[in-house]
Amino acid sequence: MDVFLNLPVLVQVALKGLAVICVMFPIAGACSMAERKVSAWIQSRPGPNRTILPVFRWVPVVGPFLQKLGAFQLAADGLKFLFKEEIVPGQVNRLYFILAPVIAMIPALSTVTFVPFGASIDHAGRVFPLMLANVDVGLLAVFAVASLGIYSIILAGWASNSKYPFLGAMRASAQLVSYELSLTLSVLPVFLWINAPGTAGTMSLAKAVEFQSQAGFWGGAWFIITMPVSALVFIIALFAETNRQPFDMPESESDLVGGFHTEYGAFKWALFFVAEYSNMIVGSGVFVLLFLGGWNPIPWVSLATLAGWLGIAGHPVLVGAISILIFIGKILAMLFFFMWVRWTVPRFRYDQVMEIGWKKLLPLAIANLVVYAIGIALIQK
Amino acid sequence: MAVVPLQRKPLTFAERTYLPQIAAGLWTTLRHLVKPAETLQYPEQRPAIPPGYRGAPTLVRDPNGREKCVSCQLCEFVCPPKAIRISPGAVPEGSGRDHVEKGPLAFDIDMLRCIYCGLCEEVCPEEAIFLQNQYSMSGVTRAEMVNHKDKLLEMGGTLPDRHFKWDRKKAAEEAGGAHH
Ligand code: SF4
Ligand code: SF4
Repeated sequence: MDVFLNLPVLVQVALKGLAVICVMFPIAGACSMAERKVSAWIQSRPGPNRTILPVFRWVPVVGPFLQKLGAFQLAADGLKFLFKEEIVPGQVNRLYFILAPVIAMIPALSTVTFVPFGASIDHAGRVFPLMLANVDVGLLAVFAVASLGIYSIILAGWASNSKYPFLGAMRASAQLVSYELSLTLSVLPVFLWINAPGTAGTMSLAKAVEFQSQAGFWGGAWFIITMPVSALVFIIALFAETNRQPFDMPESESDLVGGFHTEYGAFKWALFFVAEYSNMIVGSGVFVLLFLGGWNPIPWVSLATLAGWLGIAGHPVLVGAISILIFIGKILAMLFFFMWVRWTVPRFRYDQVMEIGWKKLLPLAIANLVVYAIGIALIQK
Repeated sequence: MAVVPLQRKPLTFAERTYLPQIAAGLWTTLRHLVKPAETLQYPEQRPAIPPGYRGAPTLVRDPNGREKCVSCQLCEFVCPPKAIRISPGAVPEGSGRDHVEKGPLAFDIDMLRCIYCGLCEEVCPEEAIFLQNQYSMSGVTRAEMVNHKDKLLEMGGTLPDRHFKWDRKKAAEEAGGAHH
């Protein structure tokens, strides 16, 4: 750790960036494979299970298992994207066309840095979060940067200079703007509750988890238990924000061919794909941190308690590893939920999306905020 | 015609939130998720062919091992896409088929033309041509896709005879009647 901290700042930054890229790209790839597998299982199919590297054919149990899981298909698809011909259609605005997927990566990769992915307990017994950029504005930063993602979609739709991408981009911007309101309003009760009068104000996600790991009945309850409506509004808005079914208006294949990425192919298309999955991962992460207790194993049992039970309270590294495992496990569960919903619910019509966003979700979020604001004011005086 | 106005019940509040329906849908898909896959791993696993399946047309032999086709060419004429081409000829001496006058010298079915309609099987007076269970035909040239007589007989094999037409005719002749 000290070796790392003694490096020049620029090298540290570069290393962190590289780490993010090296982690997010394979995870996004794995997500796409998981998506195919989950969809297959839900449709009573086995999914991709044929591709195998000749070398692995001779490895007894592991080879066939990985083959069944489609692990090599994943690698083959990734390689295919790298070696495919990069076609840039003639009618596009070249600069913006190429810029769009690059811009898509910026929020996708940079929001990760604000998300604490675990916690550890130092020798003094204090819990400290593990994250790349421990800034106090936490959630605000995530929201601010994540909303930049819309620019890449608009740019892609506009630069493509063809009607389906354009329609997709228009829909995307309308949809994201409408649901961002509900998304932000739904988390306000959480932070109203955390920032009790007299305490130092914070928007930090780690603080939210800390709040769910206190002792006592109300201290240990996850926010999904104490604020179910917030959680519901947040998750619905999250589905819309990440362009996932049933809100995948921007790309709805059946009416827009491919939406904003119709004209894209090869690696540029793959970048959009990675960006979408990264957004999903970050969104799930934020949901887990805010409402599902972050790295606490189960409600009313905090990480510190668990460490005490396992007798590893004095080992920061072990505790950290366990907390990361728990957190990643929850994120995977969330990702599975995303996919599960995608292969269950049909797409909403565009006017329905707008109606749900403005006429149902937004009033619900506002009512929820008012009720909780009054309640919290009465409790915290 | 009487017009029956349909009473559409307004959606209940629970239905308008979509949530109970989504939960029910999730439950349905979850059950499918844990169910074993229905997929047939094709080249390794083959489907069971039901009786009456119309696969590639083939020529069959009778239980005595003799070719049944008498080269009447009815199938050639009935075949809608003209996939069959027959060159009739005399039955060679000592071939064990002296009971018939003619037999095909060549019998070609072009599988690129055949539409698997089964009319040839239906029209054949000798029950010599059957659409059996071969469904996977492949070849790299057009010529390869034409099944010649040997191939057709090999694909057809022997089918149990239901009538023993020629045996009955022979028995009737031996019993003295010119016609049976
Ligand atoms: S099945 Fe139909 S198309 Fe094929 S050979 Fe027989 S009559 Fe012709
Ligand atoms: S297969 Fe049947 S219909 Fe065709 S020529 Fe032979 S006997 Fe006649």
